Amino acid sequence: MAGYQTSRDGPSPFIWLVNGLGRLLAAVFVPIVTFLVLWQGFIFLRDNKAPQIVMVTVAILWGVGGVALLYLVSNWLVEKLPDAMRRAIQPFIFVGPALAILAWYLAIPTLRTLVLSFQDETSRVFVGLDNYVFAFTDRIMLEAFRNNLLWMIFGTGFSVGLGLLIAVLADRSRFENVYKAIIFMPMAISFVGAGVIWKFMYTYKGEGIGINEIGLINAIVLALGGKSQPWLSLPPWNNFFLIVIMVWLQTGYAMVILSSAIKGIPAELLEAARVDGASEVKAFFRITIPYIQGTLLTVITTIIIFSLKLFDIVRVMTGGNNGTNVIANEFYLQRFTYGHTGRASAIAIVLLLAVVPVMIYNLRQFRERRTF
Amino acid sequence: MASVTYENVYKRWGDVVAVNNLSLDIADREFMVYVGPSGCGKSTTLRLLAGLEEISEGTIKIGDRVVNDVPPKDRDIAMVFQSYALYPHMSVYDNMAFGLKLRKTPKAEIDAKVKEAAEILGISQLLDRKPKALSGGQRQRVAVGRAIVRHPQVFLFDEPLSNLDAKLRVETRANISRLHQQLATTFIYVTHDQVEAMTMASRIAVLKDGILMQVDTPQNLYNRPDNVFVAGFIGSPSMNFFDATLVEQDGQLMVDGGSFRLLMPAEKTQQLRQYRGREVIFGIRPDDIHSAEFTPPSITPALLRAKVDVTELMGNEIFVYGLTGKKQFVARVDPRTRVHAGEEVEFNVGMDNMHIFDAKTEKALV
Repeated sequence: MAGYQTSRDGPSPFIWLVNGLGRLLAAVFVPIVTFLVLWQGFIFLRDNKAPQIVMVTVAILWGVGGVALLYLVSNWLVEKLPDAMRRAIQPFIFVGPALAILAWYLAIPTLRTLVLSFQDETSRVFVGLDNYVFAFTDRIMLEAFRNNLLWMIFGTGFSVGLGLLIAVLADRSRFENVYKAIIFMPMAISFVGAGVIWKFMYTYKGEGIGINEIGLINAIVLALGGKSQPWLSLPPWNNFFLIVIMVWLQTGYAMVILSSAIKGIPAELLEAARVDGASEVKAFFRITIPYIQGTLLTVITTIIIFSLKLFDIVRVMTGGNNGTNVIANEFYLQRFTYGHTGRASAIAIVLLLAVVPVMIYNLRQFRERRTF
Repeated sequence: MASVTYENVYKRWGDVVAVNNLSLDIADREFMVYVGPSGCGKSTTLRLLAGLEEISEGTIKIGDRVVNDVPPKDRDIAMVFQSYALYPHMSVYDNMAFGLKLRKTPKAEIDAKVKEAAEILGISQLLDRKPKALSGGQRQRVAVGRAIVRHPQVFLFDEPLSNLDAKLRVETRANISRLHQQLATTFIYVTHDQVEAMTMASRIAVLKDGILMQVDTPQNLYNRPDNVFVAGFIGSPSMNFFDATLVEQDGQLMVDGGSFRLLMPAEKTQQLRQYRGREVIFGIRPDDIHSAEFTPPSITPALLRAKVDVTELMGNEIFVYGLTGKKQFVARVDPRTRVHAGEEVEFNVGMDNMHIFDAKTEKALV
């Protein structure tokens, strides 16, 4: 409104007063109406016993329409403001809702978890760093750290290594698309689904009369004249048997991304290297790898983050028993099985801190390649 | 330093024959240029020698060594690509040193060789830069530098100037010729530009549809083309061709083009008398059609009347597009000539330099 007062060619004070009052009333009235409309929709949905189809329709209309209405009203209000103010505020009308949701679902829970991590299982008494001492000294936690390290090194190493190898080899094959489709297919399976599939692969029924092994691996071992094994209860090897599942799932991802990067290398570059005296292996390490370096690092960091957060496979296959526990699974156990919110929160924070540096590096990579 | 030999070489992709029974000897220290329109197989011929494509049939030798199954890295050749193919993640220095490093050359020697090559090419101040920080001309020189540091037996150039602007191209052309003299090594150079071929080559191989049309020195290709294709491809503007018949009149042989009859010089008559009555293609270069008032005295002139269609003044010469009957031709005449579009003009054709080709086989008859 300040703009009108200082404007020399503006309307007379009387007209301004009437206009101003009208604006003021509208500015108060319109949001109130909007709020009432949305509130009524909420009441209707909460209390109504109408048939489900009606409820769903109303919910969709009310949800989508409500958001649109909210946007229109706030935009209308901002449009009434003087130019300078409007320019400052308008962007927030657009990103505001997203920021609010992000804060509500991400930032606040993170802060709350941080607070909880300094409290005991009742979430009332502050216990200082006790939970963190537990997280870094407990035998089970140390085992989980070790296992996550295994996942990180071997899971990532094999996924990326195999993905790269297949991408390079498939690139020279006539049946490239067939190979790539087959390797990529497991990507479509959820981790829990993959867990079920592999549980059958590793099944062990034990020894005794009338007991038949139904697991694929044991069937092969028996066919070759070996002795059936309880694969998932053989520390430390069982960790690697679990890692195989992640490699099975993630190789396709690494392969697809790296394959497209490899196809981006100009053919003349590799030809020049060959004429310069490079063998195929040398050309690969001296030309191909440096050329796709950015993509390679992105894939590696993405899968590292993945392996740090790994949970589903362990939960489904072993539940973290027999020395296969990982950080995320221990968090799950502390929170939902033992009900120790404090310890669980501390573990969650530790996990977050482990992931963040990799994440920042990953984002930097993205920015360098102008993906953002 | 080595000779190169192609013996009955074929390259097929399915039904497509890219190189068709090519036999060619390239002498040591020669500057051989492969020239032809796009898709004629000239690049493929070069890539076969580099080992970047496998030959389907035949033999390729570098020196006395058959290289059919030798991988590119062991052929002791260097190649400059059209796109230059500089390694984007390496500095200019490392680009040039790459081949030497792969051969485990001692560091001091690499350093000396790279600096020497950079000196020759005038890129010493660019050694620390990455390729993306270089201009087109600089990149081209780095690509050449990468080839010369290795002192290979044969240098291969695959259209190395086609990405440069016209002025730079002329300049670089001279530089490459100079380089050939300095290095005294076999150069094989692919281009679609006959001017490049004419100015640089010690010999030119003209290719069309995978077939070698003619190999000879630039002067011989220009003066005595074996066939219509070579005659039309070499020289700018192109040679004029007319469908004609050889007729005898009063004991003298003449070229009858329908709208004109040109008397043949005595010594050509001897050679061509056996073909009288035959349908031929009569070829005459624009340079050999003179305006009546500025005809050099040394030639054996034959009168050609034609209507002027268009004239292009180039300063040192005039291109006159004339029409005889329905047929258009180009004459390159003295700049003092006064001709205007629409005029009926008399030209003198220098018949000593005419070309007669068989109408069916398109092969030269003299």
